[in-house]
Amino acid sequence: MPKKTYRQAINEALRQEMERDPRVILMGEDVAGGMGSPGEDDAWGGPLGVTKGLMPRFGRERVLDTPITESAFIGAAVGAAVTGLRPVAELMFVDFFGVCFDQIFNQAAKFRYMFGGKAKTPLVIRTMYGAGFRAASQHSQCLYSIFTHIPGLKVALPSNAYDAKGLLIQAIRDDDPVIFFEHKAMYDEEAEVPDEPYTIPFGEAAVTREGDDVTIIAMGRMVNFANQVADKLAKEKIGVTVVDIRTTSPLDTETILDTAAETGRVVVVDESHPRCSVASDIAALIAQEAFEHLKAPVKMVTAPHAPVPFSPALEDLYIPSPQKIEAAVREVLAFSARA
Amino acid sequence: MQLSRDELLHAYRLMRTIRAFEDRVHEEFQAGNIPGFVHLYAGEEASAVGFCMHLKEGDYIASTHRGHGHCIAKGCDVRAMMAEIFGKKDGLCGGKGGSMHIADLEKGMMGANGIVGGGPPLVCGAALTAKTLKTGGVAIAFVGDGGSNQGTTLESYNLAKVWNLPAIFVIEDNGYAESTASSWAVAGSQVGRAAGFGIPGYEVDGHDFFAVWDVAREVIERARMGGGPSLVHVRFSRYYGHFEGDAMTYRGKDEVPRLMAERDCLKLFRNRVLEAALLDAAELDRIDREVAELIDRATAEAKAAPMPSEADLLTDVYVSYH
Ligand SMILES: Cc1ncc(C[n+]2csc(CCOP(=O)(O)OP(=O)(O)O)c2C)c(N)n1
Ligand SMILES: [Mg+2]
Repeated sequence: MPKKTYRQAINEALRQEMERDPRVILMGEDVAGGMGSPGEDDAWGGPLGVTKGLMPRFGRERVLDTPITESAFIGAAVGAAVTGLRPVAELMFVDFFGVCFDQIFNQAAKFRYMFGGKAKTPLVIRTMYGAGFRAASQHSQCLYSIFTHIPGLKVALPSNAYDAKGLLIQAIRDDDPVIFFEHKAMYDEEAEVPDEPYTIPFGEAAVTREGDDVTIIAMGRMVNFANQVADKLAKEKIGVTVVDIRTTSPLDTETILDTAAETGRVVVVDESHPRCSVASDIAALIAQEAFEHLKAPVKMVTAPHAPVPFSPALEDLYIPSPQKIEAAVREVLAFSARA
Repeated sequence: MQLSRDELLHAYRLMRTIRAFEDRVHEEFQAGNIPGFVHLYAGEEASAVGFCMHLKEGDYIASTHRGHGHCIAKGCDVRAMMAEIFGKKDGLCGGKGGSMHIADLEKGMMGANGIVGGGPPLVCGAALTAKTLKTGGVAIAFVGDGGSNQGTTLESYNLAKVWNLPAIFVIEDNGYAESTASSWAVAGSQVGRAAGFGIPGYEVDGHDFFAVWDVAREVIERARMGGGPSLVHVRFSRYYGHFEGDAMTYRGKDEVPRLMAERDCLKLFRNRVLEAALLDAAELDRIDREVAELIDRATAEAKAAPMPSEADLLTDVYVSYH
């Protein structure tokens, strides 16, 4: 199977869905680039080149550069979705959601319910998240927990190129609004990705490692770190199961609870802040539904309750690392309840 | 021209400092010594300096992601700025903010901003403080052409007008927002937009320090006297990419070299003051040398300075948290 980067996988998913369905359009700031400029057209393809090549193929009518006005163009994508298009709008960095959130959470998310089941809003918002780029407090956040909190939104968080393609095609074909999170530090990571289109259903976690001693539940970039830890500990004969939840909403509670019950020792890894997080949500789920199987308290590895710092020295301490995950695994392993 | 000799020398020194600072940051970034997203202000110096020279203690400015020039013009410490950009503990923000969040409230600099359109509402707030506390202060929002389309900016015009705030909106139109031309992205005209809100609007050649300085004096004086907000559309160009690492394939061939040769604000300033015999070349050359030394020293110190440590990671999230 051909190897492709996360970036190529996303680009390919967009291209194939645009070929399949003329109602699929793209919009965003510099998604092509060069609008009105004297030099090259398609000069950017987004700030990290993810959508490059799509405008020359589909034209400016289906790949729309926008002025910097997230409230208006994200809102326009919502309005277009509910009236017959299937827009994929790019919110360049998820940190910018503050500018346009009303259109997402009060409008897109609620139409179907408020209108008594009469509306469909097949919208995808692609957005970059995550730390590690030295991009400081306003360009490094995760924020997926905020979208996960909102009924009516679906949230996908691919951890590799294969999932990125399958989840994005699913998102575009889905009739509900989907927020699609792309980790900015993963665009160059490669995986085997089939050339033909395929979908990955939402709410189906992937078990990426299997072991008998500890279960790590992870998401996004943290899945890679968890896999590294599992591989390292396997050499010490410590068996670690890794679950990649893939979508935070819907959430595959069955796989989470089954794998938690199997080992009875659980570490949840989330790059975001700990309070009201996906990690705390999953920990609470396990505490409520799998209490009798637990041999140790559920442990969370997250970023701290602080903004993302700029200085590389601080940012490296900030991001949950394989070392911190490993330490947490050893901690839950060492725990024994006093009778 | 009503600038004194000292003011002329000061204006030149500030513009030269910004240019030298940005050129050095560019070099250090290319060499891999500076992390993160860095947006340089080279080519735009006359705007920051032309406006900020009229400001006093107690006046505020809010900047954009392209904020180094505004910082320097408002009096921020150049050595602490450089240390900040290198992510050091001695930096202006302890290394926590970096280039995109560089700020010094004591100097009236409310921060560069990672959010396009983040500044104008904040400036309405600073102007409201000045008005409420009767400080006589004014506040200036520097906004890019791209940022001029953001709802927050347009809403701020309205609020500043209906509250009659001592706020000034400076639209720094360098022709592009990332790779998108302002001639495409901005519907109507900046001055026309101001008129729509009943706000006086001006257009000015941003390569010409003296033209900027003149308009700035008028609008700042009006705001100080209780005459309310104004908008100034400053037109010029940036010399470097949108951010460091941008290949600028969207720009016209020779666009930048031509601008540097013909419309450079520092060259125009120099020619003007020498032709009018207001300053002599030796004085300007001396400033160039002093600025170069300052930047050398700031860079060397920034490189040698210590990084923040683990103890710094969780400080300053709140004033107090209990
Ligand atoms: C709300 C928001 N949207 C988008 C961006 C990404 N972005 C950063 S700078 C920029 C272009 C800004 O253009 P302009 O306002 O003209 O300022 P210039 O870079 O030309 O100084 C964009 C789109 C952002 N930082 N914040
Ligand atoms: Mg611009």
